[in-house]
Amino acid sequence: MSDSTTCASQDDAPLTASKRSDAVDAATAALVEAKGDTLVGRTVTVNRPREELYNFWRDLSNLPAFMENVERVDVIDDLRSHWVVKAPGGRTVEWTSVITEDRAGELVAWASEDGADVPNSGRIDFRDATGGRGTCVTATILYDPPAGAVGRLIAKLFQREPAIQARRDLRRFKQLMETGEIATSARTRAQREQERD
Amino acid sequence: MRALTWHGKHDVRVETVDDPEILNPRDAIIRITSTAICGSDLHLYDGYIPTMQKGDILGHEFMGEVIETGTGSTLKKGQRVVVPFTIACGACFHCSKHQYSACDNGNPADNQDIAMELYGQPMSGLFGYSHMTGGYAGGQAEYVRVPFSDVGPIVIPDGIEDEKVLFLSDILPTGWMAAENAEIEPGDTVAVWGCGPVGLFAVQSAFLMGAERVIAIDHFPHRLELARRFGAETINFEESATYEALMEMTGGIGPDAVIDAVGLEAHGFFVDNVIDQIKASTFLGTDRPHSIRQAIIACRKGGRVSMPAVYGGFVDKFPLGAFMEKGLTLKTGQTHVQHYMPALLNAIIEERVDTTFLISHRLPLEQAPEGYRMFHDEQNTVTKVVLKPGMAFGAE
Repeated sequence: MSDSTTCASQDDAPLTASKRSDAVDAATAALVEAKGDTLVGRTVTVNRPREELYNFWRDLSNLPAFMENVERVDVIDDLRSHWVVKAPGGRTVEWTSVITEDRAGELVAWASEDGADVPNSGRIDFRDATGGRGTCVTATILYDPPAGAVGRLIAKLFQREPAIQARRDLRRFKQLMETGEIATSARTRAQREQERD
Repeated sequence: MRALTWHGKHDVRVETVDDPEILNPRDAIIRITSTAICGSDLHLYDGYIPTMQKGDILGHEFMGEVIETGTGSTLKKGQRVVVPFTIACGACFHCSKHQYSACDNGNPADNQDIAMELYGQPMSGLFGYSHMTGGYAGGQAEYVRVPFSDVGPIVIPDGIEDEKVLFLSDILPTGWMAAENAEIEPGDTVAVWGCGPVGLFAVQSAFLMGAERVIAIDHFPHRLELARRFGAETINFEESATYEALMEMTGGIGPDAVIDAVGLEAHGFFVDNVIDQIKASTFLGTDRPHSIRQAIIACRKGGRVSMPAVYGGFVDKFPLGAFMEKGLTLKTGQTHVQHYMPALLNAIIEERVDTTFLISHRLPLEQAPEGYRMFHDEQNTVTKVVLKPGMAFGAE
């Protein structure tokens, strides 16, 4: 585990499990250009090779396939992408994201550009799992819910749900990579559409 | 299509609902030819299982004919298949170790949260058994969508009637795994608490695995008679003191292995407040934890405890001291159905296992609510109800 996502002086647990008040500072320090001061994260083990997972993730247009709230990601150039994300009340929030660090097969880090509806930054780490079990994929996300009336609405989604959303999105990523599909208990196409909205 | 839907306590109805469709590449659609009511369905019927929703289609013991396949399915139209109650992907770490009921991917992502909170990690999806286990529509219907159809369903050769193989879906593998978990050695005496379908299959399995004696414990005379038919000795706990009887019958040693198959069959999830409700209001609630306590106390020193019976929440007064001091081993878990199906299909074909003895009633799907009522109210004689969507009204 790289020391950028753990704090060497304390223990080996990831920052997202930390009870310490300076966990956000440590996470912030681990990013090239941090945006946001609320920390969420989650690790999932995927029974596929590291390179395969990294390559899938690095093509950002793949992400809406398993990120439920992400309506679309328009890839602008090799580093920049525009994100449109569902918010409560049928609204959407948008931002442009820049890849700030990129190591093939290991990590992708990003930060939103100025003017984002929800300033955010984070990193996805890919590490070999022990015992040949595939790859540990860790999402570490900092975000900054905006103020104001719309902000409160957005915050309702982004303050309460990001941890759950990250967890569910990572599970869907795992399902897609391991099984080639995302499990649904819907019986009909109409039901599945309803569940996605 | 017509389907048996849940609407609340003691309220199940056969209704017309939309037909299932292929949604994912590995899906198949099965036309149901036979489906059974499981003992654990009664706990849905009694309203004890949380995360049920009105209109949910029940049923996790079913088989039928493949009528449609996705591009990733290995099944072919027209094949007859039995479908395991556990929904497993075949690709995750747990599936690679044949721990199918622990599959990471069978339960949709959003439904995993509740089980994660309760148990630390989510289990596989199950057909027709609440939204905590996925919210999948069950097989007490004319048709069902089967996910991961290249991993779960087993193809049945022509000429073997439904009733011989239907129980491969759940209770036969569950009884077999219970006996396997008892790690039976030649010459062993095995005690089985509960002569429901799982207990009775555990009795048969224990003998097949080399047990010299099997002692079956229940209070329904008809069910004890079924156990006796397979060579078991019996204890009716309403007439005899179980611990004293077991100690005397084993020459003061205690059974080498004990199997708790009381109460729920091998699945069903209870949060602990629901357990408390049951404890407070029913006979079953106080009896269930009792059987595992009694099994541990009766088990010989260094013996094995197998627990196919379901415990979903917390149990107090667990005899941890006896368990530790006697050096017992406990094995348990939801059944890894996919792992056991091929060998057990062979055992059925070679007539080493008898399955049809269990079926006491056959009804058309349209009469499923009557089937639930009978199974619920008349446990001594109604040992198993099989529903047939194509069957004429009122038959048998």
